[in-house]
Amino acid sequence: MQAYPESVPLPSADKRWKLVEATMRRHGHKASALIEVLHTVQESFGYLDAVSLRFVASSLRLPLSEVYGVATYYHFFNLKPPGEHTCVICMGTGCYVKGAGNLMKAIEEVAHVTAGETTPDGKVSVVAARCIGSCSLSPAAVFDGEVIPKASPDAVKEQVRRWMGHDA
Amino acid sequence: MTLDELQEIAEKEREELKKYTHRVNVSVAAGCLSLHSDQVLKVLCDEVKKQGKETICKVTGVGCMGLCAAGPLVRCEPQHTYYRSVPYDKPEILEAIIENLDGQPVPEFALSPDVPFFAEQQKIVLENCGEIDPERIEDAIAVGGYEALLTCLANRTRDDVVQEIIRSGLRGRGGGGYPTGLKWSMVAKAQGEQKYVICNADEGDPGAFMDRSVLESDPHRVLEGMAIAAYAVGASKGYIYCRAEYPLAVKRLKIAIRQAERMGLLGKNIGESAFGFEVEVRLGAGAFVCGEETALIASVEGKRGVPRPRPPFPAYSGLYKCPTLLNNVETFANIAPIIRKGSDWFASIGTEKCKGTKVFALVGDVNNTGLLEVPMGISLRDLVFKLGGGIPGNKKFKAVQTGGPSGGCIPEQYLDMPVDYASLASVGSIMGSGGMIVMDETACMVDVAKFFMDFTRDESCGKCIPCRVGTTQLYGLLDRISEGQGKMEDLDTLERLGGMVQRTALCGLGQTAPNPVSSTLKYFREEYEKHITEKRCAQGKCPVSNPAAAKTEK
Repeated sequence: MQAYPESVPLPSADKRWKLVEATMRRHGHKASALIEVLHTVQESFGYLDAVSLRFVASSLRLPLSEVYGVATYYHFFNLKPPGEHTCVICMGTGCYVKGAGNLMKAIEEVAHVTAGETTPDGKVSVVAARCIGSCSLSPAAVFDGEVIPKASPDAVKEQVRRWMGHDA
Repeated sequence: MTLDELQEIAEKEREELKKYTHRVNVSVAAGCLSLHSDQVLKVLCDEVKKQGKETICKVTGVGCMGLCAAGPLVRCEPQHTYYRSVPYDKPEILEAIIENLDGQPVPEFALSPDVPFFAEQQKIVLENCGEIDPERIEDAIAVGGYEALLTCLANRTRDDVVQEIIRSGLRGRGGGGYPTGLKWSMVAKAQGEQKYVICNADEGDPGAFMDRSVLESDPHRVLEGMAIAAYAVGASKGYIYCRAEYPLAVKRLKIAIRQAERMGLLGKNIGESAFGFEVEVRLGAGAFVCGEETALIASVEGKRGVPRPRPPFPAYSGLYKCPTLLNNVETFANIAPIIRKGSDWFASIGTEKCKGTKVFALVGDVNNTGLLEVPMGISLRDLVFKLGGGIPGNKKFKAVQTGGPSGGCIPEQYLDMPVDYASLASVGSIMGSGGMIVMDETACMVDVAKFFMDFTRDESCGKCIPCRVGTTQLYGLLDRISEGQGKMEDLDTLERLGGMVQRTALCGLGQTAPNPVSSTLKYFREEYEKHITEKRCAQGKCPVSNPAAAKTEK
């Protein structure tokens, strides 16, 4: 076993890099820690950008292509910055049967973006989730991390309008 | 910690509980939490103090009680009275609940424990869910937690434990239904210095949430099952691969691991024996195919979760090419009770070929949505109509979809069929992880098939051509039919192509992906034909029907 070389310098003075570095240290900078480290980056910065992918790749001694491959393979990772607010609509089967499609339509009507996009003003990101496991309270939406059970199209519209109208 | 010391803690905890004549349990699992049960818990605690009842009544935040449709749920002991839909913002109701601990329950919110949903269940996996505080290891120990593990370490040989699991007849609860004991004996016999135990908590089937509930409500049971497995197969390191979409489950798991380590129930020299077992949580990142064992292992290694051909099976060459035992959350949750009560007891439950119980997530168009655990072999009709309380709004039953995107839609004529692995397979579906989505007459089967095909098309990892291209082509055909552009020969193509994907895809995802299409084609062919010949969707769900209808709430 070769000794692990000096660690790669942090991309900037931003304190959040220390969190990322801590996760890597906890896993001994092993390649197998890649997904855990990407989770920490996304938790700290909200998304994975080129700078962070490069930093993670060189710290874990992995080809950038492999890091990019993992980052784009998994749905959970975002490569674009999220909006100020996030509206997740669960599109799991339970929710779909209970009319999740109507929720999505309602959002599209108000926000004029489809799932996976952020409004041009950067206020609201719309996300379609696979299943958040709240099937028995379907259809479910998640507004900024808070699960809204039995959501209605009107409630979703109202929330998105409120978010978008902050400075209108 | 030795077995004696563990039993001492358990005894002390039980004595402590006996001091209270009343207990109020509030469900703080994800479902009820989203209905603000944390507020309910707080107000009830304050209320007990205000009424000076803190010496006789203990209020506890517990795990899932199952009947999510009636959340937030509260249960008062010793009467077993349930309270349904407890309003967090009506203090007078919460006050009345505490005031009436001994008297008549508050009528408009009370729910009898004798309703079929509760009375007809038989709980093994969920026995502590809704009973104990999931964030306190002492609570788990008081109800027998870790006793099975320490008994194994003190009194039983590894082979003895494997044989016990084989005799129980337990089969994998993740979907495949492979005999658990056989898997264990393969890993136990496999050569290798380092072996691993992995718990599959990547509950990807949309519509299934039993693993989430178990992890949120009784995480120690899963850890204990894993540790017993590790002892039996000779592993020293374990991983729990859990969905990142389940933050509460991850949080409680991590708390549980820390507590167990501190008590010497995980880590080195467990039970002061030579056996050591360390567990770490690994987060999934939203890839359905990672439920497949070889893909899951790749993901634990930090790589893209892509399946590989078997053999070699993970039992011989799994994580980092070492022998690896991989079981699902519910499977591990069954282990400790089997060791505690014996394989004969377990084998006496269920049917000839399927032993024990199964947890189902009942969702969709059914009154009592939630989680329930019943003996194998119960009929679908009992599940949907007796325990599930039937279809809301006087609508007619149309189909029940089992097994997630890998399963099929089962029509009314098979409602009396017993639920077990073989029966479900015989009608073109699978047991899967236990999601049951009930659909009423307003569901369009073409739309449902298209929904699932869209899912598998998107989740296909792209490694093998039958799945990558096949699912896309199947989706394209369904899309065309739903637009009213389909031809009659498309139905034959769907069948032929589906069969081809089934036979030739690399992994379970691809091999089962056509099931939703083939089962709906088999049982609801006339619906497909209507879309093609009459160019209409009777339920108004597909684009072929007028666009305005698609917009209105069903």
